[in-house]
Amino acid sequence: MITQHDQPLLIAEGLSKNYGARIGCRDVSLAVHPGEVLAVVGESGSGKSTLLGVLSTELAPSAGRVSYRMRDGRMADLASLGAAERRLLMRTDWGFVRQNPAEGLRMAVSAGGNVGERLMAVGWRHYGNIRAEALDWLAKVEIAGDRIDDDPRAFSGGMRQRLQIARNLVTRPRLVFMDEPTGGLDVSVQARLLDLIRGLVAELGLAVVIVTHDLAVARLLSHRMVVMRHGRVIETGITDQVLDDPREPYTQLLVSSVLAA
Amino acid sequence: MNAPLLATGTTSTTGAMPEIRYNFAYLDEQTKRMIRRAILKAIAIPGYQVPFAAREMPMPYGWGTGGVQVTAAVLGPDDVLKVIDQGADDTTNAVAIRGFFEKTARVATTTVTTQATVIQTRHRIPETALSENQILVYQVPIPEPLRFLEPRETETRQLHALAEYGLMHVKLYEDIARHGHIATTYAYPVEVAGRYVMDPSPIPKFDNPKMDDCPALQLFGAGREKRIYAIPPHTRVRSLDFEDHPFKVQRFAKPCALCAATGVYLDEVILDDRGGRMFVCSDTDYCNTRQAQGHVGELGVPGGGFPQNAVMPGRNSGIHDVPPSHPVQDVDPRVKPGDDGISGGTPPAGMTREGTI
Amino acid sequence: MTQTDPILTVAGLSKTFILHLREGARLPVVAGAGFELHAGECVALGGPSGAGKSSLLKMVYGNYRVDAGTIQVRDGDETVDVATADPRRLIRLRGQTMGYVSQFLRVIPRVGALDVVAEPLIGDGVAREEATARAGALLARLNLPERLWQLPPATFSGGEQQRVNIARGLIAHRPLLLMDEPTASLDAANRAVVVELIEEKKRAGVGILGIFHDAEVREAVCDRVIDVTEFARAA
Repeated sequence: MITQHDQPLLIAEGLSKNYGARIGCRDVSLAVHPGEVLAVVGESGSGKSTLLGVLSTELAPSAGRVSYRMRDGRMADLASLGAAERRLLMRTDWGFVRQNPAEGLRMAVSAGGNVGERLMAVGWRHYGNIRAEALDWLAKVEIAGDRIDDDPRAFSGGMRQRLQIARNLVTRPRLVFMDEPTGGLDVSVQARLLDLIRGLVAELGLAVVIVTHDLAVARLLSHRMVVMRHGRVIETGITDQVLDDPREPYTQLLVSSVLAA
Repeated sequence: MNAPLLATGTTSTTGAMPEIRYNFAYLDEQTKRMIRRAILKAIAIPGYQVPFAAREMPMPYGWGTGGVQVTAAVLGPDDVLKVIDQGADDTTNAVAIRGFFEKTARVATTTVTTQATVIQTRHRIPETALSENQILVYQVPIPEPLRFLEPRETETRQLHALAEYGLMHVKLYEDIARHGHIATTYAYPVEVAGRYVMDPSPIPKFDNPKMDDCPALQLFGAGREKRIYAIPPHTRVRSLDFEDHPFKVQRFAKPCALCAATGVYLDEVILDDRGGRMFVCSDTDYCNTRQAQGHVGELGVPGGGFPQNAVMPGRNSGIHDVPPSHPVQDVDPRVKPGDDGISGGTPPAGMTREGTI
Repeated sequence: MTQTDPILTVAGLSKTFILHLREGARLPVVAGAGFELHAGECVALGGPSGAGKSSLLKMVYGNYRVDAGTIQVRDGDETVDVATADPRRLIRLRGQTMGYVSQFLRVIPRVGALDVVAEPLIGDGVAREEATARAGALLARLNLPERLWQLPPATFSGGEQQRVNIARGLIAHRPLLLMDEPTASLDAANRAVVVELIEEKKRAGVGILGIFHDAEVREAVCDRVIDVTEFARAA
């Protein structure tokens, strides 16, 4: 019996993206299931961020297609959705946590406004309720409630990322894209953020596609992983399998290059 | 294209200056037609910003070039024009624009709201209710209400197209979070006909309710940004707000010091350098009319106000019969017409937070 | 399918590591490995270091991939071949049927010992309160001082970490348990506790496949020993 849970949430088929003559990603197929964390690893320039862009419809694929299971259960080809429907999907059912918080946050808007934006976008019009929900989410990401009116410019790097997560999760999305969410953070700050993400993912049953070059991050967060090189997926599998028994020469190199931790 | 002058080649009998004859209302007919098409489109899609090929006008941006072009496009020879700047007919910007159309269109002008068929305004809506026979033309510095939150034009167009206006509420949210109430007191965003969100130009939010179900046609012209938008007569115009922070207009503690009017928008006038001040109607026509009707305020003089013969006949000549001077001078310290531009606009003088002054 | 059917059936299992970073050097691990494991039975993988015991265990868990052969695990009414299973099926198998007690605890930053231990139960849908209570009881049995329970195990001694690891591995019911030197760094008292815990699992019908270097423990819990050198020689 195939339950709703076994059916993929997102399916990519033969995805390619070219930038002129340069290849962004080539012939990538994958599926993401509800509640599953999929890590996309590879070094800079391997095409993993391009893949994330195409999966999230921020970039139009040169070939291939991405389908998504809408909340009503039907599978929709994302390219066939109108702009309005696609954008509604992006700000309600999806999240996108970016490496650079300045791209994922409104830096001149208060923390509360940043978290409340998606609520207002879906029609919340009661200030008190918006604020209460924002406070609730700030607490979930371990930001003190008395910082609700401060803007993110006054926040540390780790706080900004946590605020970004709250801003994205406030509409209870089912799928979150993360692009190097811990990149550029101190190790201790990274650990706190990873733990937070890990907890929220489990608690909310989120599906996550996380792009990272940090194999330790992938090991900690993901169930499955794909390894990319030169725009292609060269190896896939359960995360511990790929990391502990890598097959491809490149994956072996990648794994052996990591400092033991 | 931008050749409003019809140089007749003849010279004035009195001197060496060539006689200059302008096309009616300065702009050439093709340009006016283009603007009218934009206006028609704007009326058809209430609140939607229609791009148009705004011309260089013989006045700097920020002085009403957008409004002047809209006025020029809708003006007919039989129209009676009123021009106000922050409610006053006698301020620099108003005088200059009135003079401009007296000279180029030779239309009749007036200061009396009820007698005007076309009213060009900067920063106010007259206190006197408008009628079906009137067109109100607003001068608009920045037409995009989302601009300060989303600087990308490509994105704001998308937001309008998809009616994604959550961002507008983010601004109001920020107001309440920082000030405890919605501190936006002018250029307060409105939703037009249940669809487009629109910047009503820097009028005080006090005037926002007047836009709703207004019998007059309301046209908005932004010269620098080359946009025209409109509110057709009797259109629903709703000021954005929160359920628990409903839209409220400013209230004034005292009536007008000159005409004792209440429920009108007041300006602060400094009387001396010892802190003396009074609050008077910002709408000078309204105030004068009331004073002429015998209403006397705290500091008013019985029988004050100006006579009612305010309609000036249109001139029949395009010839300068007055020594030309710089068209606009900053004669009134309350008025800084050039100010309403990129800086985001300072509130009109006398603007206060809602409540009392 | 009856109760006497093996819970784990390994047949013709072969694996060779290819080390691309060393000019493709080939490192044979096992070849043609085959055995069965029944419910309630504890079987030790025997043989000297380097014979491939640990690799074999990891292959059964799906941690190492398989070149040839099958690893049939009974999962309720189904049988799953770990060697060829879809990754998501394998994740599900691990979640409900097959547990693994590794040699070392993989520390998760910032998560306290009690939560580390309770996590598998919570994953099974047990209420947090009950899961934490059971985790506490198990840690108490394993003599982990209560003052450590809320602390992340990163700073614990080897023995303390191993006890957290065993508790985490044994707290939830899994019909098939794989154990890699569970008592390696434990003192005699705690070894005795682990022996007790294993006996309890066996009585509960759990099939256990493990590597037990400690002869005393092996004698105490194991029903038989599979000599892995047989498979290595074949390779």
